[in-house]
Amino acid sequence: MPVQDAQARKNNFHEVALGYTPEMAGEEAARCLNCKNPQCVKGCPVEVDIPGFIQALKEGDLKRSARVLKEKNNLPAVCGRVCPQESQCEARCILGIKGEPVAIGRLERFVADWERASGAPQPERPVPKNKKVAVIGSGPAGLTAAGDLAKMGYQVTVFEALHTPGGVLMYGIPEFRLPKEVVRQEIDYIRKLGVDIQVNQVVGKTFTVDELLQKEGYDAVFIGTGAGLPNFMNIPGENLTGIYSANEFLTRTNLMKAYLFPKYSTPIKVGRRVAVIGAGNVAMDAARTALRLGAEESSIIYRRSAEEMPARHEEIEHAKEEGVRFMLLTSPVAYTGDENGHVKGMTCQRFSLGEPDESGRRRPVPIPGSEFELEIDTVVVAIGQTPNPLVPRTTEGLVIGKHGNIVADEESGATSRPNIFAGGDIVTGAATVILAMGAGKRAARSIDEYLKRKLRREVKG
Amino acid sequence: MYKILHKESLGTNLHLLEVEAPRIARKAESGQFIILRLKEEAERIPLTIADYSREKGTLTIIFQEVGFSTRELAGCQAGDTILDLVGPLGVPSEIENYGTVVCVGGGVGIAPVYPITRDLKKAGNRVFSIIGARNSGLLFWREKMAEVSDQLFITTDDGSEGRKGFVSDVLKEILDKEKVQRVWAIGPMIMMKVVADTTRPYGVPTIVSLNPIMVDGTGMCGACRVAVGKETKFACVDGPEFDAHLVDFDLAMKRAAFFKDKEQQALAMCKCGGERR
Repeated sequence: MPVQDAQARKNNFHEVALGYTPEMAGEEAARCLNCKNPQCVKGCPVEVDIPGFIQALKEGDLKRSARVLKEKNNLPAVCGRVCPQESQCEARCILGIKGEPVAIGRLERFVADWERASGAPQPERPVPKNKKVAVIGSGPAGLTAAGDLAKMGYQVTVFEALHTPGGVLMYGIPEFRLPKEVVRQEIDYIRKLGVDIQVNQVVGKTFTVDELLQKEGYDAVFIGTGAGLPNFMNIPGENLTGIYSANEFLTRTNLMKAYLFPKYSTPIKVGRRVAVIGAGNVAMDAARTALRLGAEESSIIYRRSAEEMPARHEEIEHAKEEGVRFMLLTSPVAYTGDENGHVKGMTCQRFSLGEPDESGRRRPVPIPGSEFELEIDTVVVAIGQTPNPLVPRTTEGLVIGKHGNIVADEESGATSRPNIFAGGDIVTGAATVILAMGAGKRAARSIDEYLKRKLRREVKG
Repeated sequence: MYKILHKESLGTNLHLLEVEAPRIARKAESGQFIILRLKEEAERIPLTIADYSREKGTLTIIFQEVGFSTRELAGCQAGDTILDLVGPLGVPSEIENYGTVVCVGGGVGIAPVYPITRDLKKAGNRVFSIIGARNSGLLFWREKMAEVSDQLFITTDDGSEGRKGFVSDVLKEILDKEKVQRVWAIGPMIMMKVVADTTRPYGVPTIVSLNPIMVDGTGMCGACRVAVGKETKFACVDGPEFDAHLVDFDLAMKRAAFFKDKEQQALAMCKCGGERR
């Protein structure tokens, strides 16, 4: 797939991957074998009819192709950009055994982009059902659950704490990887399905889940509030200025458009030498964002080796092309600051790898006496998040796990309370967009079953 | 959209806005704050709730013009709207009948101290209040504070009103004479630090409300972290009130100053009316 030149793109926020031309898409689609028993579908958390949409594309019927995609996936232009296809659908593709799998993600993106450009048709609205569902959080899990429930005819209201819906798609993933206009248009589609999205509503503060159920007449609630609180390492000097959580760094940039300061009023400060702690997708996003904000050097500091890096291969490659340095088997142990309390250096320690730990990855073991100093003036801590406590703390009788997550059945999203369902990062801890969408989809299905049972009881009663 | 129903000037660069926000007013408690965003290009600004009316469904906020964003907000008139208003955020003040309490408000900090003072009085406390500022033009709500206090003291640095001196001078006198169970102090960081140092030798539990740099206000971004004792806390979800004797004020002041040069840059680039070039 064509991409923006690395030297040019590290100075702008425009999308890196440019997408297929119609000819490229046609050629790629032609490679699909249209397997009788398509393995790719089993690798897709939202069960997209992959051969179906590719065959329609092959036949040049893009309208039908888009319709097939959207039967299962409410956010195809997002998924076509940020899904880890290489470990999901494409990992199962039969062509991948001996050669290159079909580039399913790129084809998905092509079809979704074509539809947006040519004007998506007004979706059909089903016969309305007399039941109301509240969805807390408008990230990938919430939007998927809301879209699916609306397709079934339920009256759905989504409550979002920030001023813009989209969750991590808006505040977390940079413009150069996922343009915000793409997200906005996919959210418009969810709205066209009949979903009411209310922003600036902090559930747990503005009102509680129980108030929604008891006072506002909702019949069921889906909680998809994501992974809210940033983790820090709790090492000396970590509260110096110039040390950001990845969430703050990315929220300032993506949601608040700090890269357009002072046209937009939210500031951000990036020094000459930036260190990003961690090696997931969020860390790659932060390291690449730092370059675009003017850093001369941007380094990934990670305590394991290249093999264990959790980020997508493509993101790591893109980061390398743009000049991000990788300091592996290294981790900070303390920060030092100047007289203004601003970070000016960090003490790092080298690691070696021991036996695998509970995550299945080899455990990093610090090497005694290996400490060394590094001059830096900006740090971004990207070592994950723990679930936001606002909803769990304020909802009576909800069973909470030891990490502050909501305990819910993986398959159904059912929690300890019959009318409350949950899914996505608030249940699993920080994961991917598509896994959250899968959870939203399964929860929508079980909310439907729950409400049908409720309806039957009402009819009988 | 949230409608501004009333605007009032309270002193030098001090403004009051009464905003229609019934959902938030229904839940607001003393000590909590809101975040507003005036328009699409604007920052998210955290402001403590100065007052609320559940009946009218309104919130009162008071702010001082210090940088570009507060100047822009000061340019609003009654009838204008604020694009986003979210809250109530943070943990409410712990209001109980402690016995004798002192409430200290410094400058624009008088605003958030008022509802706490009122609630403490309502809860049966004997309330001494001290309000202070650099000069008389930076003081407001004298009558409202007097109404909810057993005794109100006023100080100014330059002696233009009340006693010449600092709020901490009066506070020390009260502590010498009375058995005080608890002190609340809200104002500039340096004032809160001095109050903490004043009450420490007396062993009086002292609460301050911090207003650090913040973005989302729901715990997500971690910008508002403060060192309290040996722990790092997020002011937006753990606070904004903390035990004054445990707060690392020096670090908090440095963190609060982090974007000062950017604020100057924004201010220099805007025209006087608050418009962007």
